[in-house]
Amino acid sequence: MSTSTVSPGFDEAALVARAKAGDADAFSELVTQYDRRVFRMAKQITQNEEDAEDVLQETFLKAYSHLDDFQGNSRFYTWLVRIAVNEALMKLRKRRSDKTVPLDEPIDTGEDEMVREVAVWDENPEQKYSRDELAEILDQAVQSLKPAYRTVFVLRDIEELSIEETAEALNLSISAVKSRLLRARLQLREKLTRQFKRKGDDAFGYL
Amino acid sequence: MHLVTCKEFLQELNDFLDEGLDPKLRQELERHVNECPNCWVLCNTTEKTLKVFKGMEPQKVPPAVEARLMAALEKKMRAKGCATVKKADA
Ligand SMILES: [Zn+2]
Repeated sequence: MSTSTVSPGFDEAALVARAKAGDADAFSELVTQYDRRVFRMAKQITQNEEDAEDVLQETFLKAYSHLDDFQGNSRFYTWLVRIAVNEALMKLRKRRSDKTVPLDEPIDTGEDEMVREVAVWDENPEQKYSRDELAEILDQAVQSLKPAYRTVFVLRDIEELSIEETAEALNLSISAVKSRLLRARLQLREKLTRQFKRKGDDAFGYL
Repeated sequence: MHLVTCKEFLQELNDFLDEGLDPKLRQELERHVNECPNCWVLCNTTEKTLKVFKGMEPQKVPPAVEARLMAALEKKMRAKGCATVKKADA
């Protein structure tokens, strides 16, 4: 368990056990470990700062109230993400005047338009930008995705849930997660390529 | 050996990047990506896209937001504490 990419350097299970036994400090410690991830995820899904603040608060309050329901069958973090996703999706639906469920949007199946720009990138393009500039570029790229793709990408590739965990958190089939993830990844690749491609290159300039 | 088309390669790109594939299919895809410049660039830049996202550390929650969260939690913890005490008393 010590190799988890999400929770390096602390014993999640031990903290959870203490929190379940009523240790308030242990729960606060879990909050400090994960609040920035939950907040980022909430912002990415809702695309709204105010909603994200509410989601953050609701997520940890719910987690605290329902701590007894957490059986330890998954990582605590995965459980937390599941609560946060539900809260965030509720906010998102509320904001959409037409009340359609964004996750049910039809998925385009045309593959031809998925890849337009084929160009090599600069070596380490991200080092040309400040941390804030890079964050801005990435945020804008994620923002441009439809909610159905965005949510899957955020859970799988940013929060690093497995395909199965992502499917479970979003109530989607494995194959739906996979096809949305492919679209999301390709669309983001397309956007970042426009930003990061080696200048003056045609498609096969590296050959 | 089956010759993978670009279209098939694209379909399998996710699993190819995520390392969840049977070895035989992986070998066929590897062969394609090494021979097809288009798919090589596609695969390479998709991989870099994921890397750049994974490399982003989440920023700190603004102090005011965190303070609000902690205050709400403390309130809840106290309420829970009281409830337990009352139950024990009854
Ligand atoms: Zn190809």
